[in-house]
Amino acid sequence: MSNPIYSEHHPRWLRQRLSTYWWLGKWPYVKFILREISSVFVAWFVIYLLLFVRSVAQGEAAFRAFLEFSGHPVMLAVNAVTLLFITFHAITWFAVAPQAIVAHMGTKKVPPFLIAAGHYGAWVVVTAGLFWLLLR
Amino acid sequence: MAKPPKRPIEPLLWLLFSAGGMASAMLMPALVFLFALAFPLGWLPANYESLRVLLLHPVTRLVLFGICMVSLFHWAHRFKYTLYDGLQVQHLNEMINLFCYGGAVVGTIAAGYVLLTL
Repeated sequence: MSNPIYSEHHPRWLRQRLSTYWWLGKWPYVKFILREISSVFVAWFVIYLLLFVRSVAQGEAAFRAFLEFSGHPVMLAVNAVTLLFITFHAITWFAVAPQAIVAHMGTKKVPPFLIAAGHYGAWVVVTAGLFWLLLR
Repeated sequence: MAKPPKRPIEPLLWLLFSAGGMASAMLMPALVFLFALAFPLGWLPANYESLRVLLLHPVTRLVLFGICMVSLFHWAHRFKYTLYDGLQVQHLNEMINLFCYGGAVVGTIAAGYVLLTL
């Protein structure tokens, strides 16, 4: 199907194939895979969010019906797991922010923990803001 | 000898991944809690009229569109590497790219359609 561009014949790998479950052995690996899987729940929530907003647009009856549908045990279970994964994503995302952002104040480097703390602080403020906005 | 393929789109995809990671981390925990648990379970009252005014406002729709777009590209980028590393199916490279980024593009268009025609 695809031709390797660097040689006519693909060389045989001298590598041993890892088990599909290679990541189950150590917590940092499990954490890595869980973090990757959290993206599936992010995508699921995009779909849920659009359905939610659409039901709001369709009138109060449609909105109440959607809330009832979301109250089904299966939906609640899926969304409870979604909340766990997305919170896990948020915590790990802010934790690595200092590795992605190197900020300077004047000539001094901002210490990494301050960058992480800034993100967690912003998260608290944004969350409080959303609660205020959506519970009026 | 053939030149190595250029991937000028790579930085853009990474930017979208990163923006999506930030947007979903900042906003989604609160939104999931309220929209998907607290409102359906009746833990907190959902005020329909004010939700309607807020969510249907053009600015909100634009913001929601942005959140949906970057979050879907965030998914595409991460899920691609989940398939690469988790399942070790590197040989399905092109198909995985098509599925992930294609899915994000289709999802973004769908989100735009939904939000425009509310």
